Amino acid sequence: MAAVGLENATAAARPQRPAIPFLPEVMLAALGIGAFFAFPNDLAFLARILITGLFVLSLSLVLGQAGIPTLGHSASMGTGAYAAGLFAIHVSQDPLAGLLAGGLAGGVIAVVTGALLLRTAHLTFVMLTIAVAQILYEIANQAAWLTGGDNGLSGISVDPILGVFGFDLYSRTSYLYALAVLMVSYFILRTIVDSPFGLTSRGIHSDPERMRALGCNTYRHLLIVFTIGGLFAGLAGALSAQVAQVVGLASLSFGTSGDALVMLIVGGSARLPGALVGTVVFMIVEHVAATVNPYHWLFIIGGLLIVTVLVLPGGLISVVDWVSARMPWRTFGRGARHG
Amino acid sequence: MAAARIELVLDAVTAGYAGTSVLERVSFSVGEGERVGLIGRNGAGKTTTLAAVMGLAQLISGRVLMNGADITRLATYKRARAGLGYVPQTRDVFPSLTVEENLQSAMNGGQGPEAIAAAYRLFPKLGDRRSHAGSQLSGGEQQMLSVARALVNGPKILLLDEPLEGLAPRVREELMDAIRRLADETGVGCVLVEQHVDIVLDFATKIVVLERGVPVFVGSTADLRAQPAVLDRAIGLDKVAG
Repeated sequence: MAAVGLENATAAARPQRPAIPFLPEVMLAALGIGAFFAFPNDLAFLARILITGLFVLSLSLVLGQAGIPTLGHSASMGTGAYAAGLFAIHVSQDPLAGLLAGGLAGGVIAVVTGALLLRTAHLTFVMLTIAVAQILYEIANQAAWLTGGDNGLSGISVDPILGVFGFDLYSRTSYLYALAVLMVSYFILRTIVDSPFGLTSRGIHSDPERMRALGCNTYRHLLIVFTIGGLFAGLAGALSAQVAQVVGLASLSFGTSGDALVMLIVGGSARLPGALVGTVVFMIVEHVAATVNPYHWLFIIGGLLIVTVLVLPGGLISVVDWVSARMPWRTFGRGARHG
Repeated sequence: MAAARIELVLDAVTAGYAGTSVLERVSFSVGEGERVGLIGRNGAGKTTTLAAVMGLAQLISGRVLMNGADITRLATYKRARAGLGYVPQTRDVFPSLTVEENLQSAMNGGQGPEAIAAAYRLFPKLGDRRSHAGSQLSGGEQQMLSVARALVNGPKILLLDEPLEGLAPRVREELMDAIRRLADETGVGCVLVEQHVDIVLDFATKIVVLERGVPVFVGSTADLRAQPAVLDRAIGLDKVAG
């Protein structure tokens, strides 16, 4: 039996990376810029898709990778949105600083609640995540002097990005700003998912007891994942606040968490690109169906979810994989094994 | 020749599940590089013994010591970090991760690529299949991966719960040969729970026989072989080679 050399093992121990560096992000940029020119009159809607995509991406890390069954992910998004809104009104109108404030707020709410909630598991955990989001919702509703309550937090205004790119009525800047934040976030999340840290998360998802027997402090690991997920959900919320210039209670609602979960399931929860595919398909179907029939469009969404779960348990991303496997090149969906 | 350093000690361990004791005052020790076999009928408490060491069963009384330190109240992951490696009965490799990723997922900090290289040296087949998904491996390869994954953090004691279950004779030999080399060359103490008693007797230098959770024999393999009545009474042994 030939021993395997250290050099080979060292090379193989590196995380798997795409054949072309930044390929997923480059493809994301290409698609995003293509949409920018193809649909110049729908940029506000497209920006909303990108922001929601970032939110669902953060859920993909938490639920899809680490298996944390949260139904209250909107707690971080809403907190991030209100934090960025209040930051713009009371502290600074710098958009990047506001983005940071929103992300930090989302991360803080995640680490504080996660420290308690992750002591529980299964249905108890699910119910508590809903409870946390509902409590925050009610706090935002009651603290109308601060948040605007049911009327929403308005009066948010942000400076031009980097002092150059001002927000315009046609949402061009909003869209490109959201695209840039999404690309950077995707790269960071993909790096996390493909790292040994990400592999450990998947191991915990698969068998937490086994990971503990291997020496993994699963509680601390999941808390870190939950916090990172909250941070990116907070970023999505901040982005939403800056682009829409208003923050509504809906950002903290159970419906927001539920929609994100449906998008993730439709797209495929096991890999990051599934979050984006699910978001795009869900929001376009919702947009079109609601336009065609404002009363019964939920039937379409329900049907989409049922068909996906029954026919494509891996989500729509498995169709992308199937197609890309038959192409001479690799799409962004296959660029990294997990990301 | 100096005696091997004692690494793991079970001191009158009584353990079970949900308040019901399965083990009664089990005591034995495992030294550096020592090969210990744990045998007994089905339900004798072999798996529970390993689970109690890892903190996965409820410890009712007694102590578990590692390098002289009391780890009885430590969480499972801290016991693993104290030097215990555990290969449970189910061969639960992560099916969607590659061999390499399965090994990386188990690394809890501080280990370099040398840990993975060492695992491949012990199981060259895994090195050959490092980029294959866990689900694509044969049963024997999955078991090798399961053992290798428990080794990447450099345990001092390896607890193996029926690692040969369902494996072909040739694969069993290959796996046991690797485990024997591990103990002899790196000084890792091994505790083997196995239904194939002949293999255990061939592997271990010390045997613990459990009968309904009570240790009825703790001693050298040679001593046990000299007392066939003990084997017959404790485990109905009638298939032991030799």
